[in-house]
Amino acid sequence: MNLANRAKSTVDTASPASPPSSSALLEVTDLRVDFHTRAGRVHAVDGVSFSVAAGETLAVLGESGSGKSVTAQAIMGILDSPPAEIVGGSVLLEGRDLLTLPAAQRRAARGSEIALVFQDSLSALNPVQPVARQIAELYRIHRGMGRSEAWRRAVEMMDRVRIPAAASRAHDYPHQFSGGMRQRIVIAMALALDPKVVIADEPTTALDVTVQAQILDLLAEQQRERDMGLILITHDLGVAAQVATNAVVMYAGRIVERSRVRDLFLDPVHPYSHGLVASIPRDLPRGSALPAIPGMPPSLTARPGGCQFHPRCPLAQPRCRTDEPPLLPVKDGRESACHFWTKVGER
Amino acid sequence: MLGYVLRRLAAMVPVLIGVTFLIFALVHALPGDPIAAMAGNRPLSPSTVAALRQQYHLDESLWTQYWYYMTGLAHGDLGTDFHGRPVSELIAERWPVTFNLALTAWVMKIVIGIGVGVYGALRRGRLGDHLALGFTVLFIALPGFVFAFIAQLVFGVNLQLFPIAGIADGWPMSFLLPALVIALETAAPLARLTRSSLVEVLRSDFIRTARAKGAAPARVVWGHAMRNSMIPVVTYLGLSLATLLGGAVIVESVFNLPGVGGLMVQAIQTQEGSVVVGVATFIILVYLLVNLVVDLCYGLIDPRVRRV
Repeated sequence: MNLANRAKSTVDTASPASPPSSSALLEVTDLRVDFHTRAGRVHAVDGVSFSVAAGETLAVLGESGSGKSVTAQAIMGILDSPPAEIVGGSVLLEGRDLLTLPAAQRRAARGSEIALVFQDSLSALNPVQPVARQIAELYRIHRGMGRSEAWRRAVEMMDRVRIPAAASRAHDYPHQFSGGMRQRIVIAMALALDPKVVIADEPTTALDVTVQAQILDLLAEQQRERDMGLILITHDLGVAAQVATNAVVMYAGRIVERSRVRDLFLDPVHPYSHGLVASIPRDLPRGSALPAIPGMPPSLTARPGGCQFHPRCPLAQPRCRTDEPPLLPVKDGRESACHFWTKVGER
Repeated sequence: MLGYVLRRLAAMVPVLIGVTFLIFALVHALPGDPIAAMAGNRPLSPSTVAALRQQYHLDESLWTQYWYYMTGLAHGDLGTDFHGRPVSELIAERWPVTFNLALTAWVMKIVIGIGVGVYGALRRGRLGDHLALGFTVLFIALPGFVFAFIAQLVFGVNLQLFPIAGIADGWPMSFLLPALVIALETAAPLARLTRSSLVEVLRSDFIRTARAKGAAPARVVWGHAMRNSMIPVVTYLGLSLATLLGGAVIVESVFNLPGVGGLMVQAIQTQEGSVVVGVATFIILVYLLVNLVVDLCYGLIDPRVRRV
């Protein structure tokens, strides 16, 4: 598929994955989010840093519960608090810290400068409003347009994300669309005001594989046209490989590896990344078990000491139970949070 | 749409037959002799009793009596009382009072119940939420007549804002106080339903979407959450209006309002079975029709159940 080829070719020319730099469009530094639960305070996001430049696609990889979506919502400022609380870090959008902006200014940025594409398009859209009205709302809130003008722009946007017969479908309600078309509407909503950064939170998880490819294609194309920064949150390495250049791998609220997507595939430097790559289904003899990472991600309320991954890690040593490895540069501008990263993939 | 309405109307027939029969059988099973009740203290000769029994078909079996009634009903005849007046005439006399009272009470109930519910949902878990709910529960716990008497005393006697009883002042003055009593008494379930529905809607993904769009909190609540949260509330409001239209016995009697509820009580006391059955049939019909109208209104709120 041409998209995958494109992704590969850009990998070669892109700058190596790097920690936050000053040229970044969006720069997340040491973001920490706690949840107040009955069992006490838990760290859902525990010191996450990454950055995205204009035109860059960053994949945020990890299992469910690893803190990916919470990170996205913290950046957007739409976490429910309580129970969530942002306890530290900064989110700089072109140098402005979104976390310290007054509420009204923060709202003004939300949806217009930085936008979110949700996972489940059926529940993410208001069931009792026509779709065009939901897209038009962005023009009404942020551009102060009148009803008819905003509607016209919304229909244009629907056309732009290639919804057939957009003008006549504008009056339809979300439940009258197929999953793929609905996801296009959600994307149209996110792109309506030409945001600088788009965060796509599992944008294709609820879709058929063929539709997935179309939606990724659309996202990649729109990103190229508008030179946006795109953060693609996914648990699907295949999806990441199709569109992203750089990747961070999250585990239990922390980043455990930072690499270019291609390097991550060929030569992971963290045993968890290695497990993820190894568990992609490939050509296996019929009847053989699919490889999987044994065990479950830790519950936020019962964290293991030391390295969060050690109970599931094939390389675990006594040291891993007590010493938490920091995320450090290892080679080729890549970073790993593993004491024994050189042994990853040996076995 | 028309087909749907016709199907719904047809579906009412078995319900109507079932419920009228149930009432008919219950009235039939009531102890006491209606003829004796009609005669009061005067002694009647056995031949007069027999003649009267025959005139009112009281000597026939339950099934035959029911058959007579249903044949009449099919022709729009709700029967007559013991003085030969058609029941439909009795109802027509009292219906405007019940209708005005019910509608006024219903509107007040909506304002109070939804108001308290929305307030509670928006301040959930805080003091205002608990106070508002406690307030509505207080009116459930208080017996209706006690509250009605207090209202009469305070607003009628002391403040002289409203007439104490009767319908001499017409709508709205004569109806506001009794309607308020009914509204406060019945607002609590509506407040709770509204509150829980709105709380649930506020947790849904599309509310998060609205916030991600940069919508201000007021826009999120009134533009996105309210209409969705009203979907279960509308069903309840329909049932509630239908119940109110069936007459409010206690409030009608305390405020001396000649409504359908009072007619029913009076008929039960004087053992005028034909009136009881006739009024009950009318109330059931109103109930079924109001429900149909509510179901049709549903599509206005929720496009997912709209019938094309």
